[in-house]
Amino acid sequence: MNWFHPHLVDRRATMAQWVVWGVVAVLLAAFFRVQILASSRYELASEQNRLRAVPLPAPRGLVLDRNGVVLAENVPGYTVALLAASPDSLAAVLQRIGPLLGVRVDDIPDVLRRYRLKPSEPVTVRRDVSFETVSALEERRVLIPGLVIQMEPKRRYPFGPLLAHTLGYVSEITEPELQQNAFPGARLGTLVGRDGLEREYDARLRGKDGLRFVEVDALGRTVRDQGVAPPLDPVQGETIRTTLDVSLQRFVAEVFPANRRGAVVVLDPRTGGLLAMFSAPSFDPNEFIGGIDPALWRDLSQADDHPLIDRAIQAAYPPASPWKLLVAAVALKRGIVQADSRMPIPCRGGLQYYSRYFRCWKLQGHGDLTLTEAIKYSCDVYFYQLGLRLGLPTLLQEAGALGMHEALGVDLPNERASFLPASTEYYNRRYGPRGWTSAVTLNLAIGQGENVQTPLNMAYFYAMLASPTGRTPPPHVVAPRTTAAQRQLQLSASELADLRTALISVVEGGTATASRIADLHIAGKTGTAQNAHGADHGWFIAFAPAEAPSVVVAAIVEFAEHGSAVAPMVTRIIARHLRGPDAVQWTGAKIVVPEDSAPAPVPIVPEEGSRAGRRPGIR
Amino acid sequence: MRAADPGFDSRLLVAAALLVAVGLAVLYSAGQTDVPSAAERLWERQLVFLALGVVGAALAYRVSPQLLEWSTPLLYGIGIALLAAVLLVGTGAGTAAGTRSWLAVGGVRLGQPTELAKLGVILMLARHLGARREPPATLWQLAPAGVIVGIAFVLVGLQPDLGSAIVFLGILFSMLYWAGVRPWLLLLLASPILSLLLAFSTLSWGIWIVALTLLLLWLRPYVLEGLTVWLTNVGMGVIALSLWNRLAPYQQNRLLSFLNPEIDPRATGWHIIQSKVAVGSGGLLGKGFTAGSQKRLAFLPEQATDFIYSVVGEEFGFLGVLVTLVLFTWLITRLIRIARRASDPFASLAVFGIAGMLFTHVLESVAMTVGLMPITGIPLPFFSYGGSFLLTCCLALGIALRVAQESRVSSYAES
Repeated sequence: MNWFHPHLVDRRATMAQWVVWGVVAVLLAAFFRVQILASSRYELASEQNRLRAVPLPAPRGLVLDRNGVVLAENVPGYTVALLAASPDSLAAVLQRIGPLLGVRVDDIPDVLRRYRLKPSEPVTVRRDVSFETVSALEERRVLIPGLVIQMEPKRRYPFGPLLAHTLGYVSEITEPELQQNAFPGARLGTLVGRDGLEREYDARLRGKDGLRFVEVDALGRTVRDQGVAPPLDPVQGETIRTTLDVSLQRFVAEVFPANRRGAVVVLDPRTGGLLAMFSAPSFDPNEFIGGIDPALWRDLSQADDHPLIDRAIQAAYPPASPWKLLVAAVALKRGIVQADSRMPIPCRGGLQYYSRYFRCWKLQGHGDLTLTEAIKYSCDVYFYQLGLRLGLPTLLQEAGALGMHEALGVDLPNERASFLPASTEYYNRRYGPRGWTSAVTLNLAIGQGENVQTPLNMAYFYAMLASPTGRTPPPHVVAPRTTAAQRQLQLSASELADLRTALISVVEGGTATASRIADLHIAGKTGTAQNAHGADHGWFIAFAPAEAPSVVVAAIVEFAEHGSAVAPMVTRIIARHLRGPDAVQWTGAKIVVPEDSAPAPVPIVPEEGSRAGRRPGIR
Repeated sequence: MRAADPGFDSRLLVAAALLVAVGLAVLYSAGQTDVPSAAERLWERQLVFLALGVVGAALAYRVSPQLLEWSTPLLYGIGIALLAAVLLVGTGAGTAAGTRSWLAVGGVRLGQPTELAKLGVILMLARHLGARREPPATLWQLAPAGVIVGIAFVLVGLQPDLGSAIVFLGILFSMLYWAGVRPWLLLLLASPILSLLLAFSTLSWGIWIVALTLLLLWLRPYVLEGLTVWLTNVGMGVIALSLWNRLAPYQQNRLLSFLNPEIDPRATGWHIIQSKVAVGSGGLLGKGFTAGSQKRLAFLPEQATDFIYSVVGEEFGFLGVLVTLVLFTWLITRLIRIARRASDPFASLAVFGIAGMLFTHVLESVAMTVGLMPITGIPLPFFSYGGSFLLTCCLALGIALRVAQESRVSSYAES
C-alpha cells in the first residue's frame, strides 16, 4: 500500500503526537522532581553558592579587679581576610597585596594551608592592621577580589606588664589544637586564651561569634558586601570579676626591688581570694596581640631570667625558715611538744649528730629555748631535735597531708607542684635502702634538703596558720576550682594562737617599737634559702593584723641574701592594704627583724664507717 | 482560519511568535548579570538576526513546494560543500571554541553552516523518500537515506559537534518513521548505536547481543542483512573501548559527568550541578524576571546559549517550564498536523522532518539542564543566541507555512 495513504498518515501522526506528549510528560516530571520536590535542597545550594559567611568575632569578656577596674578590655582593630575560589588565585592576590600588608613571601604557604582547611570561609591574612593600611586597601579594592576587611575586637591589657602572668594573653588557635578540640567551640582563626586567666576562663570569656554574609560570584569575588542577608550578631563573652586589687598590685610592683627577680603573693586568709600576684621580671602581653613577633618571642622565651614564668606559681624555692612553722604545727598536732616545751640539748651553736656537726645559724648559740622562743629566734638546733623526735616518716606523712608535695589547684593554668618526698621510699629509691641516713631529717626540719615550695603554697600554709580554725578556702583569683585541694591544720584554737603569738614575736621581738605600724600587729617569718647557683634567696611571709588576720603576704626575692631584706617591703604592702595609701609614708622608716641565715646543708650521704639508717635516740 | 486565506496556519505563527517573544525576553535576562558578561547586549543582535529570519521566512513562504523539491539537490549540495569547507577553513568561536564549526571570510564570522545543512538534509531526505511509493522494507533499501544523512553526519562529527550529529539522527529516524518504515527495521538500524552505548558494561552488552540474536531469528530478514546487523553490533561492542579512547577528553568528561556529576564537581560536573541548582532553586514560581542569582553571579555557564533553559527554570520556575514546554509541544504538534494534511509526500516529509529536528533540539537542550541528557552544546529553538540557527528555524517555519497553505485538506471546509 502507498505509505502516503491518508489513513496511514493519520495513524502515524496520532502516534507521533502521543510520543511527543509522552516525552514532554517525562520532561515535566523531571522538572517537577527538581523544582518542586527537591526545591528546598537546590535553594539551599543556590544560597550556599552565592553567600559566604564571614564570621563576626565576638568580643571577649572583660576582666575586672575586685573594685571593677578593667584589667583586660577590647579595642577596635582591623583584620584583613581574603575569600578565594582557588589556592592559585589566593596566592596571586597575596603576592599583590603582600608588600602593603607586610606579609612576607615565606608566610604565603601558611596562609594557603589555612585556606585549604576551609576554602569557603575568608582566610585571615593579617590581624591588627593599621587604619592607614586599611584605607590603602580600600582604594585598591577593585584589584583585590575577595577582600574582606573586618572590624575585629582586639584585646588590650591596660596595665601591661603589671598583671601579665596572672591575666595571660590571647592568640589564634593552632591547627593541632583545633584537631584535638582543645578549645570546644573554637573555629579556625578564633583567638583563644594562652595563659593565666585568659586560658583558665577561656570558655566563659570567649563569647559566641556572629555571622554576616557577603555575596560572591562564581569566581569567589565579592559582589555585594552590605545588606545581603540579615547578620547574626556576636555575643560578647562573660565579664569576669577577679579578687585582685590592681592598686595593691601596682604598689607591690613599686616596692619590689628594681631589677630583682622574685614573686609576691597577697592572699585573704578568710576567703582564699588572691589580692595580688606579682612575678618579676615580667613582659608586656600587649606585644603578643595580633601575632607575636618571632624575634621578641625568642628573646622572651630564651632569656636568662625567664620573664614568661609566673614565679608565684611556676617556680619553687627551698622553703627555709618559714618551714619551721610547719614542723612546729606537725609536732603540736602529734602532741610531741607544747608551746613551752624545751629540747634536751640547748643551743650552743650547733648539734653533734653522730659523726656530723649540724650548725645553728647563730654561732654563739641561743641557749635553752621554748618552742615559742625557738620560732622567734629561728633556732636551728631546736628544730633539728624536734625533727628527730617526730621522725622522718611522720614528718613526711603530716607534711604530705598538708599538701606540701602537690599543687594547690589555684584557678590558673600550669601551676607547678611543690616538691617534697611522699615517704621514705623516695630516699630508698634514690640512694638505695642503705644509701642515706637520718641526717635528711635534720635538713628537712629546717626547710632545707629535698623540698621546694611555690610561693603560693607557702602563702597558703600561712593563711591556714592565720585562720582561727586552721582552715582557709582554696586560693583563687576568680573562684575556687571544684578540684582544688581541701587542706586543714588540725590544731586546737589555743595551739594556733600559740603559733601566732610566736610569729608576732618574730616581728616585734627585741625591736618591737620599730616594727610596729600604727597599732598594727604583724606576724611573720623570715627565711633564707640556700642557693647553689649564687646568693641566697630571701623569704618573708607575714600576716596581719595578728589578732584577726585578713591578709597574708608571701614574698621571695631571688639573691636577696637574707629574708630580713625582704621584710620591710612586705610590711609596707600590708600597711598599704590595711591602712590605705596614706599609711605607707612613714612605714618606710625601719622595720627590724632578726637576721637568720640558714646553715649550709650537711651532706646526707653517710660517711664511711658510720652506722647508717639507724635511728639514734636522743638523750 | 481567515476566510480569505483558509489554508494559512495562523496558530503555528502564533505559537512561534510567542516562543520568539519569550525567548528574546529570556535572552535579555541572560545578559543581566552582576559580573561583566559577554552576553549583556546579545539580545539586541538577536533582534537583528530575527529581522533577517523574518525576511528569510517570508521568502521561503513564497517558494512553492514544487520549486523547493526541484532545487533540493542544489541546496543539499551547497550544504554538504559548506560542511566540507568548514572542516578545511573553519574556526572555533563562542561556545564551540574548541571545534571548527564557523565559516569566516576575511576574519568576519558568517555563520555555522551546520544549522543550514540540517535543512538541506531534511529536504534531500524528503525528496528521496517522497519519490518512493512503498516504504523501504529492508536495510538495503534504507541505504540511500542512510547515505544522505551519513555524509552530513560524518562531516559534522568531524568538526567535532556531537550535539548536531545527534540532531541528524533525530531527523533520519523521524522521517523514516513518517515514510512508513517498520519499527523493527528502525530498531535494527539503530542497533549498532545501542550496542555502542551498552558496551560500557560487559553484562548489559551481553544481554543486548543475546536479545538481538533472538530478534533476528524471529524476524528472519535476509541472511546477509541479518548477518551484517549482527556482525556490526559485535564489532561496535569490540571497538567501543578504542572509540572511547579516541574521544577528546572533554567529550569523555561530559559523558562521565552525565552519569555522575559529582565525580568532578569543580570542572566537568560543574555545568550539570550549577544548572540543576539554578533550575531547582527556581521552585514553583521562580526568582523573578532577571533576578536569578545563579545566572547573575555567573554560576550558570553559557547562560545565553546552551544553558538558556536553565534561566527559564530559575527565573520563571516550574510554571514557566510548564508554559514554555506546552508552547513547544503546541508548535510541534501543529507541524505534525501540517505534515498530515500536506498535499504531496515531499512536502509532508519535509514538514515532519522539521518537526523532528525542532523536537530533537528541544528535547536535548531542555533535558540536559536537569541532567536527563549528557551535555551537548545545541541551541534551544527561538531562545538560544545564534543567528544561523534562528535563521534556519525561520526558514523552516516559512516552508511549513507554505505547505500548510497548499494542504490537501484546505480545499475542503475546515472542520
